[in-house]
Amino acid sequence: MKILVIEDEIQLLKNIKESLEKENFLVETAMGFETAMEKAMVYAYDCILLDIMLPNGSGLDILDGLKKEGKQENVIIISAKDSLDDKLKGLDLGADDYLTKPFHLAELNARIKAVLRRKDLDGSRFMELGNTKLNIENRQFLVDGTPIPLNRKEFDILNYFMLNKSRLVTKNALAEHVWGDNSDQADNFDFVYYQIKNLRKRLLESKSGLEIDSVYGVGYKLIVK
Amino acid sequence: MKLLNKSISYLSLSILAIVTLWAIIFYVNMLQEIKSSIDEGLENYKRLIIKNAEHDPSILTKNYFDESFFTIHPIEKQEALAFKDQYLDTIIAMQDADDQALEPEPVRMLVSAFESNGKFYRLKVANSMVEEDDLIGELLWDVVWLYLVLIIGILVINNIVLKKLWHPFYSLLAQLKSFRLGTSHELVRTNTTVKEFMDLESSMNHLLQQNINAFERQKEFVGNASHELQTPLAIITNKLELLLENAWVNAKEAESMSEIYQIVQRLIRLNNSLLLLTKIENKQFFDNRLVSINETVDQCVRDLEDMATFRKIKITVNAISPLKTYVDIYLANILVGNLVKNAVHHTSGKGNIIIHITEAKLQVQNTAADGPLEGELIFSRFYGSRKETGRSGLGLSIVRAIADLYGHRVQYGFDHGMHSFEIFFSPNKPSKT
Repeated sequence: MKILVIEDEIQLLKNIKESLEKENFLVETAMGFETAMEKAMVYAYDCILLDIMLPNGSGLDILDGLKKEGKQENVIIISAKDSLDDKLKGLDLGADDYLTKPFHLAELNARIKAVLRRKDLDGSRFMELGNTKLNIENRQFLVDGTPIPLNRKEFDILNYFMLNKSRLVTKNALAEHVWGDNSDQADNFDFVYYQIKNLRKRLLESKSGLEIDSVYGVGYKLIVK
Repeated sequence: MKLLNKSISYLSLSILAIVTLWAIIFYVNMLQEIKSSIDEGLENYKRLIIKNAEHDPSILTKNYFDESFFTIHPIEKQEALAFKDQYLDTIIAMQDADDQALEPEPVRMLVSAFESNGKFYRLKVANSMVEEDDLIGELLWDVVWLYLVLIIGILVINNIVLKKLWHPFYSLLAQLKSFRLGTSHELVRTNTTVKEFMDLESSMNHLLQQNINAFERQKEFVGNASHELQTPLAIITNKLELLLENAWVNAKEAESMSEIYQIVQRLIRLNNSLLLLTKIENKQFFDNRLVSINETVDQCVRDLEDMATFRKIKITVNAISPLKTYVDIYLANILVGNLVKNAVHHTSGKGNIIIHITEAKLQVQNTAADGPLEGELIFSRFYGSRKETGRSGLGLSIVRAIADLYGHRVQYGFDHGMHSFEIFFSPNKPSKT
């Protein structure tokens, strides 16, 4: 899978590249408008991460160029501006998603994979990991082909973990993703632990071979035994 | 005290002084004039008496006052020669139409000496005078009337002329009173050709313009600063996330890192809140649709359910009637979310949160840990954020800002050990985007 990251801030670019390479993506980068335009037009990518505010140009122009060329790349816009206008304009020009800075790497992973899955029609319904299978469409969790009942939150958490397998998922990222915007001001995320405890129990009881490890109290990591 | 009243009070005092002084001088002058006129009459009378006495010596024996109002007494030669005419104010018993008996009345009397047929006499001629008491009384009343008429006159003139004259001033004042930084765009103006008022107008406008500019710059600064912070905050967050994934980090380092991570997350929340406030104040939300607050509340309660359950807080929604209002859905979520979140965070364990929804009111009540809070202050920025960590201290200011944007009223109350936050929704119409 090839991903192009267009971002003018070198440190952010480095972070994204490092994180995506951990997911075994092939990452190309572009920092300026011209390079970005050139790469986007000449090569084919599975996904493009696009910063809207670039020196010498707007990411929206790149989006426009892709559309005019008839290129079907998946584009996720990354912007420091949480503006509805930009969002609508971007989505209108064919972007698939819009992520506002600052974001969690786990969230970026989840968004990229969601976008890729939508494109890849075959794999769209299932996510497989070890002896388990997650059916996204009918929200079913199968261990060795046997459905294991999960409540809504447990399913969402597991889904997020599977999108970020073997990666750190911080409590903040998890809370924002599963519990929504209203949890973003929570002063502690202990309530997250409750659901994790339940989910761990289910994973263990069903002999799933999946395990949720705690990472220094800051978050969790899903691993396959 | 109004300018008009102030000027009248000064004027009435000075007019009182002037009128009093004038009355005294007038009185003294008039009395003098009366006396000198009477004195001339008495002199003439004296000459007539002396002349008549030469023909009719019987006059010389008249030694008491009767209808002819004079007396003659014989005196020694030396005394007569040394005598000089004297005009005296004295009193004689008299009776006139309005007197029941003889009464002492003031008279003007000329005392003189003369010689008739080698004999010397003293002559007293009297003439009735004005009664000074009456004169003073009469004059006093006239002065009081004059004073009153003057004051009333000035009052009327002031009211009409001054009001007209000061109209530009009052007009400027009224415009200044209704001026609100950030919402008023018109500068003050008045139609006048009076130099002072024109100066006032231009000075006011100069000052207002400076304020408006400063306000705009400040708003812009907060907005820009928050935007510029987004990228560095993203970098720190992601770097820490990557660092914490590394296997070689030891537990102690990891602990510090996760502490830093939480602090950065707090910074992000604070920054997001500031951005949101700026956007609300810049009126950048105007996708107003008819939103059911009941649904918003239900959604919000669902989102916060786990958090509340964990803290052993019971949330009860008491929806009496549907509450619908035209609002940007994003802002409606934040409005309701912040109120409920605030309640969740400030309810101690095993407390209750009760949400009442009526046709035009949303009320969020929660069990209080302590006594009532400081009514207005709690809606101000960063109130209470010093006491606890992790909270942005902007949640309720955002509630206030959103309510203000739509003209709704926010109120805090304390009742039966519960904090109560109420939003009174004013009826509104869909506005065009």
